[in-house]
Amino acid sequence: MSSLAALVRRDITIALRVGGGALIGVLFFLTVVVLMPFAVGPDLALLTRLGPAILWLGALLASLLTLDRLLMADHDDGSLDLILMGRIPLELACAAKALAHWVAAGLPLVIATPALGLLLNLDARATSAVALTLIVGTPALTFTGMIGAALAVTLHRGGLLLAVLVLPLSIPVLIFGVAASQAAIGGLSFGAPFSILCALSLVSFVIGPFAAAASLRHGLD
Amino acid sequence: MFSGLDFEIGSGEALAVIGPNGSGKTSLLRMIAGLLALAAGSIALEGGDAELTLPEQAHYLGHRDALKPALSVIENLAFWRKFLGGEASDARTSLGPVGLDHLADLPAAYLSAGQRRRLSIARLLTVRRPIWLLDEPTNALDGAGQSMFAALMSDHLAHGGLILAATHLPLGVAARELAIVGAS
Repeated sequence: MSSLAALVRRDITIALRVGGGALIGVLFFLTVVVLMPFAVGPDLALLTRLGPAILWLGALLASLLTLDRLLMADHDDGSLDLILMGRIPLELACAAKALAHWVAAGLPLVIATPALGLLLNLDARATSAVALTLIVGTPALTFTGMIGAALAVTLHRGGLLLAVLVLPLSIPVLIFGVAASQAAIGGLSFGAPFSILCALSLVSFVIGPFAAAASLRHGLD
Repeated sequence: MFSGLDFEIGSGEALAVIGPNGSGKTSLLRMIAGLLALAAGSIALEGGDAELTLPEQAHYLGHRDALKPALSVIENLAFWRKFLGGEASDARTSLGPVGLDHLADLPAAYLSAGQRRRLSIARLLTVRRPIWLLDEPTNALDGAGQSMFAALMSDHLAHGGLILAATHLPLGVAARELAIVGAS
């Protein structure tokens, strides 16, 4: 257990230090959302209607941006070899790495959401609905994204391949994340899409680490 | 990759794997470390901890030194000490024998190649593992570093450890040699 805690703590520390890359995602998120009102125009009603979708798209793309560092850095410096040889199961190590990545790169997106909601003319209720769906949905993005990150390590290709592999897996999360936020704003049933979003996250917690570990083991080199 | 390869090493013994570049010394070490799948044949460990696999009782010192530039020397070592688990001694005292104790709080990004190698060696000291798999361990080490490492290896062997090293240079400890003949 202390091995996993050490792994989580190390990854968060590295991400938060200079050059760690935790802030890249937030900055990208900020840029996308700040630019959007300029592109859409000053129609406040339209911005309110598009708001949740813009926030969710920004968060999705921002989480993709930092995903390739999740396993590639450890592969490049040889840490992954030692993690593979370690006494804790690789699945748990993968889950610990994904958790650390979410804390360093996903959680800041959720924290930034209330400020960005103001720019999109979302009221407190709508903003908190989006923030709630993001806090439940972004772990799913990280854990499914880890499958792509593991494949990118195995296949020695990063960047675009990762995006192509991960985006299709993220679509359900995006659909139900936005649907739940819209439902909360429109006064429709929030529970149903939100429950499905929670279910998607729970499924990704199980499948993500196992699939990533299988990919890493298969691609030993 | 290999054919007709058959060898054994006993406790307290060192084996130097020698052979030309590209003959598969690193691959052999990675197979024993469980990082490469075997096409055929088997690797077995007699004795040791029955509940642990061979890789879990081994240290692997590869070309890549598994150090994070953003973390300090002591943070790097303390992480591996915690992560690898098992019987371990204090991280800070392990920096003394490798001559890095005055640099403990320096970020690893500022270390030279030789100092990075010394820090990797400190990992072998801080966590006790009976099997050392070393890939060109003395690369980048200066003369003093090589004799320091030779002393550490003979200490490890004296405590019943086992060393398998792929190397071009003399190890500095009494070792049997396993020559791999390169594929033509």
